[in-house]
Amino acid sequence: MQFSENWLRSYLHTSLDSDALNHVMIMAGLDVDDSHPLGASFSHVVVGEIVAIKKHPDADRLQVCDVNIGDKSLQIVCGASNARQGIKVACALVGAKLPSIDIKEAKVRGVESFGMLCSLKELGLAEEADGILELNHDLKNGTDLRVALDLNDQITTLKLTPNRSDCLSVWGVAREVAAISASSLSPIHYDVNPIKQSEKKNVIVEEKAACPRYCGRIIKNVDNTKSLPEWMTSRLERSNIKSISPIVDITNYVLLEIGQPLHAFDHEKLQGDVIVRFAKPEEPIHLLNDTKIKLSKKDLVIADHSGAIAFAGVMGSMPSSVTDNTQTIFLESAFFDPIVIAGKARAYNLSTDSSYRFERGVDFSNTRYALERATSLIIEYCGGAAGEITEVLNALPKRNEIHLRLKKLNAILGIEVPSQDVERIFIQLGFEVNKTIEGFKVTPPSYRFDITIEEDLIEEVVRLYGFDKIPSHHPLSHQVMLPTSGTYHRDLKEALTSRGFYEVVTYSFIEDEVEKSLHGNANPIQLQNPIASQMSTMRSSLWGSHLEVLTYNLNRQVSRLNIFEIAQTFHGVKKDFIETEVISGLSYGSFMPEQWADKIRDIDFYDIKAHVEALTSKQLTFKRSDKTPLALHPGQSAEVILDAQSIGWVGKLHPKWQQHFSLPKAPFIFELKIEKLLEDKVFKYEEISKFLPVRRDIAVVVDDSVEVDSILDAVNKAKIPFLNHMALFDLYQGKGIAENKKSVAFLILMQDTSKTLVDSEADSSVSKIVELLEKQFGATLRN
Amino acid sequence: MNNLEHTLKEAREDFDQCQTVTDLDQAKAKYLGKSGFLTEALKSLGKLSAEDRPKVGAEINVVKQGVEEALEKRREAILNASQAKQLAEESLDVTLPSRKEDQGSLHPVTQTLHRIESLFHSIGFSVAHGPQIESDFYNFTALNIPESHPARAMHDTFYIDESYVLRTHTSPVQIRHLEKNKPPLKIISPGRVYRVDSDATHSPMFHQVEGLWVDQQVSFADLKGVIEDFLQNFFENKDLKVRFRPSYFPFTEPSAEMDMSWKGGWLEIGGCGMVHPEVFKHVDIDSNQYQGFAFGLGIERLTMLRYGVQDLRHFFNNDLRFLQQFI
Repeated sequence: MQFSENWLRSYLHTSLDSDALNHVMIMAGLDVDDSHPLGASFSHVVVGEIVAIKKHPDADRLQVCDVNIGDKSLQIVCGASNARQGIKVACALVGAKLPSIDIKEAKVRGVESFGMLCSLKELGLAEEADGILELNHDLKNGTDLRVALDLNDQITTLKLTPNRSDCLSVWGVAREVAAISASSLSPIHYDVNPIKQSEKKNVIVEEKAACPRYCGRIIKNVDNTKSLPEWMTSRLERSNIKSISPIVDITNYVLLEIGQPLHAFDHEKLQGDVIVRFAKPEEPIHLLNDTKIKLSKKDLVIADHSGAIAFAGVMGSMPSSVTDNTQTIFLESAFFDPIVIAGKARAYNLSTDSSYRFERGVDFSNTRYALERATSLIIEYCGGAAGEITEVLNALPKRNEIHLRLKKLNAILGIEVPSQDVERIFIQLGFEVNKTIEGFKVTPPSYRFDITIEEDLIEEVVRLYGFDKIPSHHPLSHQVMLPTSGTYHRDLKEALTSRGFYEVVTYSFIEDEVEKSLHGNANPIQLQNPIASQMSTMRSSLWGSHLEVLTYNLNRQVSRLNIFEIAQTFHGVKKDFIETEVISGLSYGSFMPEQWADKIRDIDFYDIKAHVEALTSKQLTFKRSDKTPLALHPGQSAEVILDAQSIGWVGKLHPKWQQHFSLPKAPFIFELKIEKLLEDKVFKYEEISKFLPVRRDIAVVVDDSVEVDSILDAVNKAKIPFLNHMALFDLYQGKGIAENKKSVAFLILMQDTSKTLVDSEADSSVSKIVELLEKQFGATLRN
Repeated sequence: MNNLEHTLKEAREDFDQCQTVTDLDQAKAKYLGKSGFLTEALKSLGKLSAEDRPKVGAEINVVKQGVEEALEKRREAILNASQAKQLAEESLDVTLPSRKEDQGSLHPVTQTLHRIESLFHSIGFSVAHGPQIESDFYNFTALNIPESHPARAMHDTFYIDESYVLRTHTSPVQIRHLEKNKPPLKIISPGRVYRVDSDATHSPMFHQVEGLWVDQQVSFADLKGVIEDFLQNFFENKDLKVRFRPSYFPFTEPSAEMDMSWKGGWLEIGGCGMVHPEVFKHVDIDSNQYQGFAFGLGIERLTMLRYGVQDLRHFFNNDLRFLQQFI
């Protein structure tokens, strides 16, 4: 809420300066979002009156003005086209300091000039200005302009939390600041307007619970074209309220002043009684903001015999609104139940000052006063004759007595608050307070909708007592030892950072098309209100996001990138969403950073495979699959298996996508579910043999299509005596090997657990292996 | 005997001529080999008379010893020279850059999370997690934010459908944890949260850490102690001041904003308060028996302050030049 500090000070009597005032508000929970002096600083500018004006003898566009500034007149040369005799102007005297110019005596084309007539722009009060500022005729010549325009003011904007609806008016803020700073407060006087005309509206409140209090009256013979006084228009302006018409401006003024939303209908446009009821299904209404909506049965309306004339608590209707021609108005002041109004405006993408207050709670003790206040102002400035108020009063919200136990207060806060301080605080806040054995029975006032339980009272006490009076305390605790897990992500992450990878953090949402075609998710989880179309869908893989990171960096002269991320991926359908935590990585460019010592090659599948294997001490297997994800090259990708379960994929980006993202080289990517990777089983130690192993190497020629893993698997399964370890150490194709064949060389380590192996035993085992390879894989032993 | 004396001199001269160990071995043969001069001399002792034998034998041995010493001395010299040569030849420009892989780095947000986790772990907090697609119930209702409550407008919420949202804070983890665990308990819950907002200071996705401590006597004074302790340790500044300002969160009462002293002013760092009785009611905990505090901190905010990062968007652009600074 934005308002003028001078307005606030018209009720609040305090010696606090602006900074101190803001500090007091901040420390009591009224967050000051902004506070700045009104306009730019300038000095020595006074109200002047052009008493005579003549053309400049030597310049067509200039005029020579005779300006009265109270005690004397000054000759001032002026170039503004709106300078004319009789108008009141802002006159900067010699010696004045304006935001962009210092005023000195000058000769303008040979004519002496003793000052300057200013525009709003020159005064720093507007960005643009058309001609010089014309002032209200009531202002006295010679008055300091800052005083005349009440410019020594501060504009304050409060960011109020939803519980403090009582501070959604200048008077309400004044009341609160008076309580928190123990300052005095001038009350607002409400005049009861004399009844000057006899017509009275019949009001039928069908929804008594939704509208516990409704007041309205007819005012005849108003003139909605009059001007409002400077003090009111400037207060409205400083609250950032646009001027519409005097009657609407007055209702807005009262809203800001005491927080009661009001609405003025053009009475001649109403048909019959005023009815407060829920809307009929799909009931149409043409709102004041010129939108036409269809209401639902949950929306409260003000209606006449023709239909809805206002969306209750939110906005009036266009056809029933006041215009320049309006002569008779029906002025409404009502209290609507916050729960009935809550969320209604938002449901239609509306937000009004009225709905904002009603859904938070408007003081129901003010309904009638506000109506009288607005009536007085309308009659004073727009004329007219007021009729009798129609008031329909039903059960208003109750303010229950709440018991505050001092023991509870002290237990929650961790200190002893003196009983007399507690009592004083409630009295300052205007709460009704009675002592009990355990503490106090407290009844909050009508304007406090946020005080319903003991804890709310505790908050009020500490708010005024001050959090700073609570000492910091190191809590006593039940000490329970915690498992050492929890750092598991760190291990995975550090496995990759130690291999030169950078961790990235990317958004969990992605473009729908990427989700469908790259991640292959035909039923993506979409956001109803995405921030942008490229962030509309929850991702089921991190690959799309990582390719974006790659592109981003390639566009910035990066030629090599190793990145990874651990994040949730999103799957499933409504009510059964599944989140799976994955570790995903991308590797692009050269195998090692560019350097002088070695020849640098590009990374390949076996490099990314090594990165994946580094994530765990457990045995991973890599399997060709016909279910290769769409993102991957089918010939250079593998399903990653851990303990007979698929945990993810690794491979080269499909050339189609390489082309799609215009990548000069193909990135290699992987993505693994981390749950199984994290399973932490303590391994069983195996005794180290005392006997040296025997090594034999063999090389065999097999078909190109034979996978090395299948050979090793077969050998391992065959339980060859003494075989301890067998591994590939060379692979050869080319000269000397037939086409579609390859030579694979294995090293074989053999060992006995009870003695050193003799050659004949080792040879026999090797023969068994060779025999197996010949039989199962059609292998032939090389030389 | 002149002959013998001469031999020693001659051997020394011979050895000094040698430039390699091989040469030296050849030269050695001449004196100490199977038919070397001194070997022969010793063999011929038998021909001498019994009186002469010991004396001549002793003389030969003196010479032999001298020859051996000279041999060893020369051998050492040759080896030293050849090693010196090798060392000279093999000398490198050690200032050339090493053959190295990048150092890699953890994302600054992760580094902050790790710091937070270990600081809270040190006083017995464990880590709890919850889903990011969260039901309306856990994200709002159970936290005392009923439907249509104006406080919902404080959260610019991403909706999946009418009953599921992207969690707007990590607070729902409180509820999920309290449903399954009985007090006393203390947890922190870090993770990703989402709001419909995007500019230099707002990101549609960011990280929060939620803290919760429920026990029989945990008070606001304890909350102040824990937060102060945390911020002073996190920023490694024992003089850092923390200020609490009244505020409003539907799930805490009393509620406060936490500000910390920063460059002569105050900086908002998060929200906190005593757990609201409605929240306890939702998870079936008697608020007359238990009480507790909860707090929420923005991870990016803490990270920005710690490292002096000005623009929030850097965290999600993943520019390599940014990431490389966090090794």
